[in-house]
Amino acid sequence: MLKTTLDIQKIRKDFPILKREVSGKPLVYLDNAATSQTPQQVIDVIVDYYQNYNANIHRGVHALSQEATDKYEQARVKIQRHFNAAKPHEIIFTSGTTHSINIVANGFSSLIKKGDEILVSAMEHHSNIVPWQMLCERTGAILKVIPMNQEGELLMDVYDDLLSDTTKLVFCNHISNALGTINPIEEIIEKAHKVGAAVLIDGAQAAPHLVADVQKLDVDFYTVSAHKICGPTGVGMLYGKEDWLNKLPPYQGGGEMIAEVTFEKTTYADLPHKFEAGTPNICGGIAFGAALDYMNAIGFKAIAEYEYELLTYATQELLKIDGLKIYGTAKNKTSVISFNIKGIHPYDIGSILDKLGIAVRTGHHCAQPIMDFYKIPGTVRASFSFYNTKEEVDVLVKGVERAKAMLL
Amino acid sequence: MEIKEIQAEIVDEFAMFEDWMQRYEYMIELGKSLPMIDEEFKTDDNIIKGCQSKVWVHAELQDEKLVFTADSDAIITKGIIAILIRAFSNQKPQDIIDADTEFIDEIGLKEHLSPTRANGLVSMIKQLKLYAVAYQTQLN
Repeated sequence: MLKTTLDIQKIRKDFPILKREVSGKPLVYLDNAATSQTPQQVIDVIVDYYQNYNANIHRGVHALSQEATDKYEQARVKIQRHFNAAKPHEIIFTSGTTHSINIVANGFSSLIKKGDEILVSAMEHHSNIVPWQMLCERTGAILKVIPMNQEGELLMDVYDDLLSDTTKLVFCNHISNALGTINPIEEIIEKAHKVGAAVLIDGAQAAPHLVADVQKLDVDFYTVSAHKICGPTGVGMLYGKEDWLNKLPPYQGGGEMIAEVTFEKTTYADLPHKFEAGTPNICGGIAFGAALDYMNAIGFKAIAEYEYELLTYATQELLKIDGLKIYGTAKNKTSVISFNIKGIHPYDIGSILDKLGIAVRTGHHCAQPIMDFYKIPGTVRASFSFYNTKEEVDVLVKGVERAKAMLL
Repeated sequence: MEIKEIQAEIVDEFAMFEDWMQRYEYMIELGKSLPMIDEEFKTDDNIIKGCQSKVWVHAELQDEKLVFTADSDAIITKGIIAILIRAFSNQKPQDIIDADTEFIDEIGLKEHLSPTRANGLVSMIKQLKLYAVAYQTQLN
């Protein structure tokens, strides 16, 4: 038995999807790092929006528009408080982490010049590599990589050497999606600031497991996707320090982001609207706030402790399988296990697990440089959430054993 | 045997299994018996685009018939290629061009594969047919 104080069976009842079957077997959903499932409490908020106050925000004079605007802005404040941002307008609603990163990468085009250096960690998701490569192509800046060791931990002494007066930006994920490593972002931020570089931390994988305090971290930009934390897809946030957000030019032109428009000149709206052109994902934003309410009611401390128990148990049981190797064995890691079995392609294992009702991710996890580092085509990744159980870990382990017996 | 007959035979074989685990086991067995491509043909040029696991296919004309050999780094993928090769290899290029591929739907292969594998399956069929077109042109 695990020691958690959480009533997991009660929590599971909040998630209607967990009752369904796949291939005639009860669903065992272990692809939480790709997207988390949605509790009834959040689904209810989404339905309530469309049934009762669906309207465009910030512009109508009528009651529905006002209600929708109020709820949307209340959600912004919820998000602000959750991440402890100093001001609500430092929270920009986006379509998700990728959009958030692109806003910053695009904005820096006018602030970066040829020869400036940008540092990125070796364990980034493609969404935190490609926008910076595009920025470098536009500006002539140089992209340098903070390497990692076999355990999947960043080499901080090399980072020290890479930092210099020409370093303008540093990008790193808080937690690696492929390996689960929790990166030492406090140290990364502090050291980058000493040379005058700005820091963007991709918090997509961290948000479901821990609460980042952006003021305490003193981070310049922090990005989150709602669908990783029990919210809907297509909505997320960009946190930026007010000064930085004022310095960056808008990303998209359109309605909502303007103060005044003539054919000669347009002046931009104040934050946060400068970055929120067009009609946003209103329902999504409100549901994002509801998802944070849901997670906070359970409590992030209890969630983290329970997920650590699941991680420890799953690691111990999976390692009993002969030939199984885990990629990402950092001391500080979250409930993600990337693995392969010697002589078997990860796709084959994933395909068999799928037929057993077990959902995992296989492939390069949008982090090809990591796969190149380990010289493997990909991994099988099981990622656990607070609604998963010890019994589901057992089903996974049995499934992997069965797949191995079939495939070898 | 004609392509149609072979396809009907494959459909019958798949119908005998009770569930998809058994069909997967069968595909794995087929994968192990796949006519292996010569190492010299495992080049980047022979990799089929659109598959997430690597797939190499080589085609050769023998007595006016097209013979396929292939390999993959994933065993279930090998099984899928083995099914396709069984249906299309050792046939006249024109017959391969004319052959329909409904048997894939009949055995329910596509819907039981992950989306990436299903895309790969479509790419594989396309590639076999492209080879047939190329060699038919040569014969003409």
